[in-house]
Amino acid sequence: MIGYALRRLVSLGLSLAVASLVIFLTLQVVPGDPASYMLGLNASPEAVAALRAQLGLDAGPVARYLGWVGGMLTGDFGISYTYRTPVAGMVLDRLQVSLPLALFALALSTLIAIPVGLWAAARRSSASDAAIMGTTQLGIAVPNFWFAMLLVLVFAVKLRWVSAGGFPGWQAGPIAGLRALALPAIALALPQASILARIMRSSLIDTLNEDFVRTARAKGLTRGQALRRHALRNALIPVLTIIGLQFSFLLAGAIIIENVFFLPGLGRLVFQAISQRDLIVVQSVVMLLVVAVILVTFLVDLAYAWVDPRLRSR
Amino acid sequence: MRALVAGGAIVAVFVAAALVSLVWTPWDVTALDIAGKLQPPSRAHWLGTDHFGRDVLSMLMVGARVSIAVALVAVGIGMGLGVPLGLAAAARHGSLLDEIVMRGNDLVFAFPALLIAIMITAVFGPSAVNAIVAIGIFNVPVFARLTRGAALSLWPRDFVLAARMAGKGDARISLEHILPNLVNLLIVQGTIQFSLGILAEAGLSYVGLGAQPPTPSWGRMLAESQTMFALAPHLALAPGLAIVLTVLGLNLMGDGLRDLLDPRLRRVRA
Repeated sequence: MIGYALRRLVSLGLSLAVASLVIFLTLQVVPGDPASYMLGLNASPEAVAALRAQLGLDAGPVARYLGWVGGMLTGDFGISYTYRTPVAGMVLDRLQVSLPLALFALALSTLIAIPVGLWAAARRSSASDAAIMGTTQLGIAVPNFWFAMLLVLVFAVKLRWVSAGGFPGWQAGPIAGLRALALPAIALALPQASILARIMRSSLIDTLNEDFVRTARAKGLTRGQALRRHALRNALIPVLTIIGLQFSFLLAGAIIIENVFFLPGLGRLVFQAISQRDLIVVQSVVMLLVVAVILVTFLVDLAYAWVDPRLRSR
Repeated sequence: MRALVAGGAIVAVFVAAALVSLVWTPWDVTALDIAGKLQPPSRAHWLGTDHFGRDVLSMLMVGARVSIAVALVAVGIGMGLGVPLGLAAAARHGSLLDEIVMRGNDLVFAFPALLIAIMITAVFGPSAVNAIVAIGIFNVPVFARLTRGAALSLWPRDFVLAARMAGKGDARISLEHILPNLVNLLIVQGTIQFSLGILAEAGLSYVGLGAQPPTPSWGRMLAESQTMFALAPHLALAPGLAIVLTVLGLNLMGDGLRDLLDPRLRRVRA
């Protein structure tokens, strides 16, 4: 297991290095000189030169890349071109909204999907199974931001149960914070829960057809006991992978959903940065999200190998 | 089979609307009529008008064209690059090429389409082409991985051995013997990626990274309807339902095609 973990750790480091290179090349090298890009076509050469010196752009691309990566590793993401403040602080502020939102949605989606998938698999081909499968088919087709708009229309505009958006900040207390994130999290979670419930169902149905479940039944266990003690644990393995994959979709989804609810998260930050040509902010946010995705994939791989020793030899 | 017919019928309606919009729409989508803004559905405007007095049905028809075109080209990019890569990786299984293709796939998987779109837009500015490129790049590893996996299972088969005995090289075997056996699989996956592409295009144009005004797109119609929610909820319902129906139709088609083309899977799903 340790050898496997070390091998995966090396490939994790390589993935991060290549990803950072791709992001740097796209956002710093392709647009040409960031200083003249920011100042526009009519800027005087003196102004461009001054900005270049100020942003530390006089160094060559290799030195700049190494400086950026080295800075990131020590928590220094650079200085925002537009706000003249450290990017790390800005990102950290926004992360306090986006990360809890994604985790809240992940928890909701898992808590809904696993029992629903279990129920459907245990009652395969019944009317309730068909109803669940039909609902999940619809859930997959609904764009989360449209679902979010409908939730706002019903619960904020018509019923006036919650505010239509905004975020009071965590200093207003965890309850107020979670309340503000509840509708966005539900909107993010339901389409993901539809996918997860279907995978849970099909995985459990596959497992229930395995020989070891038949053996358990032959030993005198009831259908429910065999399901709980033997089938469920095995059926959860593919579900685990999908939960890991969903985290990256939820983070990306959070960026879009934040727009519906006017939440001050990473999404708002990155779209503002795009319109202000603040490439260093875009670069940091994209890198951060990619790190999150790669890290979660790594953890899922480890969890997988821990649950299923056969995978360690690969 | 029922799923295929139902899904196909829904998709056909939207494709037809998109095609008709090339030559005719009930109203001109660029004509503004401020006096007639935010009208509810009526005989003249079946789905009402928006905040500029534009006909919502006409905008939906043109929007269908944008959505379908973006998703279709993105699937084309994904297949066009992913399938040859997957075939090559399988033909040279275990080689450096295989390793590069697979690691490259892992890398692209770490960039959700939205992040690719954000990077492209930050450099080149927003456009429908960016949306196509972003979704297309995201599709490449999906097809590469699928093709490689399926091709690997075919390489040890007798008919491949026979082709090799006949003196054919890796490239010819891949094209003449492996690829034809993958067509069904690729059609099914293509339908799924098509539906994901419609959803992704809607999301990108909703946040302003897709087609730009004055070209109507479903995602931007939703974004624009948001501020007029209380006044004119119909503006948010029509494009949303259009997205849901198109994606649902494509998913049903995908399920139906899979059952039709690969009867072995029907048993597993039942």
